[in-house]
Amino acid sequence: MTVSAWWFLLVGALVTYGWRAAGVALSGKIDPNSALMRWVACVAYALLAGLIARLIVAPQGALGDTALWMRLSSAGVALLVYFIFRRSIVLGVTAGALWLVAVTTLVGA
Amino acid sequence: MEPQSPQDTQRSPTWTDDFGTPAGAGRAGAWAAVGAPALVLGASYVGFGAFVHQSGLTFFQGVASSITGWALPGQIALIEIFAAGGSLLAAAIAVGLANARLMPMVVTLMPILREGEAAPSPRLIHYLSAHFIALTGWAIAMQRCPDMTPGQRLPFFLGFTLVIWFSTLFCTALGFYLVEILPPTVTLGLVFLNPLYFMLLFTIDIVRRDRRWALLIGVVLGPVLHMITPEWGLLITGLGGGTLAFLITQYDRRRGKS
Repeated sequence: MTVSAWWFLLVGALVTYGWRAAGVALSGKIDPNSALMRWVACVAYALLAGLIARLIVAPQGALGDTALWMRLSSAGVALLVYFIFRRSIVLGVTAGALWLVAVTTLVGA
Repeated sequence: MEPQSPQDTQRSPTWTDDFGTPAGAGRAGAWAAVGAPALVLGASYVGFGAFVHQSGLTFFQGVASSITGWALPGQIALIEIFAAGGSLLAAAIAVGLANARLMPMVVTLMPILREGEAAPSPRLIHYLSAHFIALTGWAIAMQRCPDMTPGQRLPFFLGFTLVIWFSTLFCTALGFYLVEILPPTVTLGLVFLNPLYFMLLFTIDIVRRDRRWALLIGVVLGPVLHMITPEWGLLITGLGGGTLAFLITQYDRRRGKS
């Protein structure tokens, strides 16, 4: 049995707006720098870092059909260009994406 | 010149930005968004639109995600878990954890936007405005709104975020459409935009002591736990890895102080 993507979208929207509404209701009543809020930030960053690593190492769909070295080298090129060109995120991302397009075109995915 | 009242001495030097009217502030906010903020975020959403297509969702589902669940990390987590065949519960918890930081962001920004208001409790307009609090608009508002005349801050914020919100809706649609007309290898590059973008953003944050451990532990645990349990790996990475990072960071803070 598969659940429709619409249910995922509905639940995602409710959860996301729930945090925003809670923020409005609680503003002025809680300290955003408390230990609890720092823990919340740590959990969010660990989960997102894990998600991004998973999207690079073990992606779904067509990206999953590419070789691991292609995705890793693309990430490496992005990092390299980012540091060479005075920490430019735009150049880093562009170079990494172009690299992936180039190797998948030349070598075949 | 003599100050007219104690209030004048307090206020006039600090509020350097005055756009005349609330409508003028809204227009100024909209113009501030045109250019770099809308372009950078727009490129990310072109990548998101392509990602939605590759994950097997429809055009309208992709645009609906950007309309109703606007906050890119949570959107990516939701689509990724759906594509990986995860359960609705796993998706709900992951989006909840990924977007939990929106709550303290709203808590810090709301008092700045509402400064000078007589009514103590938030009204409908504040609950509606909160939907548009996401990283880009929040960072700009935190930076610029404290200098603005109260009463013009919320219009400025809404002018800014409505422009970037509409541009992300357009770009989600554009990314989805591009997958159908571009060669498959170019599509791969588009889908890979966001992993690369967030990787570089996190690289900047590694130097921040309060985020370093959460990021490093997450990067290692994410793929490892994915191999052990694809369904719950991400949630364990967030809750377990995040808690471990929090404890290490707390320990660091205490040692740093003494």
